[in-house]
Amino acid sequence: MSETKKMIIFRVRKFDPAHDAAPAWKTFQIPFTKGMTVLDGLHTIKQTQDPGLAWRYSCRMGVCGSCAMLINCKPTLACNTQVSAVSEKEICVAALPNFNTVRDLVPDLTPLFEKHQAVKPFILREDKTEMDNPTGEYEQTPHELEAYLQFSYCIRCGACMAACPTFATDRDYPGPMPLAQAYRYSSDTRDGGFDERMKAVDRSSGVFSCHFGSECSAACPKGVDPAKAIQLMKRRLVWDYLRLLKKKKPCDLIHGERATGRRDNIPEAPEYTIPQK
Amino acid sequence: MAQNVHDNHLGIKGWAFGGSWSFERYLYTLHRLTGLGILAYFLMHIFVTTARVFGPDSWNTLLGEHGFLKMTVFKIGELMVFAAFGFHAFNGIRLALVELGFLVGKPIEPVYPYKTCLNTSRAATAVLMLLAAVVIVMGGWDFFMD
Amino acid sequence: MRHSRLWTWHIIAGIIILTLLGLHMLIMHLEALTPKALNPAGGEAVDWANVVARGKMVFFMITYILLLGAALYHGLYGLNTIVGELNIRPGLKRCCAAVLTLMGVGLFILGSWAAVAARTAAMKM
Repeated sequence: MSETKKMIIFRVRKFDPAHDAAPAWKTFQIPFTKGMTVLDGLHTIKQTQDPGLAWRYSCRMGVCGSCAMLINCKPTLACNTQVSAVSEKEICVAALPNFNTVRDLVPDLTPLFEKHQAVKPFILREDKTEMDNPTGEYEQTPHELEAYLQFSYCIRCGACMAACPTFATDRDYPGPMPLAQAYRYSSDTRDGGFDERMKAVDRSSGVFSCHFGSECSAACPKGVDPAKAIQLMKRRLVWDYLRLLKKKKPCDLIHGERATGRRDNIPEAPEYTIPQK
Repeated sequence: MAQNVHDNHLGIKGWAFGGSWSFERYLYTLHRLTGLGILAYFLMHIFVTTARVFGPDSWNTLLGEHGFLKMTVFKIGELMVFAAFGFHAFNGIRLALVELGFLVGKPIEPVYPYKTCLNTSRAATAVLMLLAAVVIVMGGWDFFMD
Repeated sequence: MRHSRLWTWHIIAGIIILTLLGLHMLIMHLEALTPKALNPAGGEAVDWANVVARGKMVFFMITYILLLGAALYHGLYGLNTIVGELNIRPGLKRCCAAVLTLMGVGLFILGSWAAVAARTAAMKM
């Protein structure tokens, strides 16, 4: 007994820099299977109809951030977007907006990485020797970790940048991801680089060019909520200007040659029960 | 790296529409439009109200009972400015609260389905938009009663 | 110039406008709810008699100047932000900011002069 296979239409915005002056839509019809993701659909098209179709992907499970693209007018990951959750009739796939398109669904993410580097996304401390050659651990409670943990889940996919209305026009604007990462590090108790990092964000076309369009948080596939980080950072900056900010020292080093000590209420570890060599 | 790349920036279109977005995203667009509208009106308003310095004749030519600015088209324009002010003011309260870090909630460990600052601020957004609608209706009623 | 300063004053100006423009809208467009002290001659708020009566009050002269300053700063900062986001050259951005600042200062001087001159003229009536 033969069954009529259910089909689904994929409209893909294709662009070949060697031949095309501008992108153009191309329509494909492929079999629909239950549980199929947009990434699966692109693979089927490449295997059966258009071997030249190009896009980025890697992990296929929503942790690498490579396959971010515009799917039915929403920037999201192709690997964790079920076709049935988007549409039963037609899936429109295009490269991420607000980045130059290199080919087909491949965006040029160089600006994303440059803006990310500009906010110094790493722990900054006065003790440069310890930073370059660490000898011990920094002290941080689980409560202090909660202040920035959410923003550390970012996979740098670029969906938030594609959704941002300011980034659509202003190429000098850092964008939601770098700004959220600037806050992630500035609110880390191990970090002492708030003032240095703020030179990159507290400027014209900086953090105050965010006007809470809030689509970055809606588009984020990992629940990072960059809009929340940006508004919290604005609060820090305004409180700093109004001299209401209680500036805290970065946390202590608790072990190693340059350790400054540990809190009195943390007990020492028990004696070893097995002889140590 | 390919020499020929396609510039895929949305540009100003990206302020108005570029995808299927949430309600708050369109409040951003409307806030911009109403702000520009109110500013344009305000700059003219400074010159119009300066007329009071030059005596009653000067004032009444513009805003007297049969003044130039009492024509229906200007009254409708004024109503639109009032409506723009009503929206811009209450949305502005929402933005001031949110952008100073209130209403966005605390950082939490993201667990699917994700809750974002849009969820925590939605109730306040609804209340403020309702208040804006009430003020606009009250102002509109006053316009039509004149 | 740290932008946080400009933005903080934008918010403060917004709060000032909310209060004073709210009062202004109450007087101009919600006459039924306006206390008689703010619309002494009765009738329409824009009638010459009411304009003169309010012109005599120091309260209105001061609040008009305050509202003018706050509204010019708030509005022109907003316009400068919009223009600055249009991906223009840094030199042109600075030029636009300078033009808008000059425009703001000029209009503030004009409006303040009008508020003071109107009171002076009203006191003679």
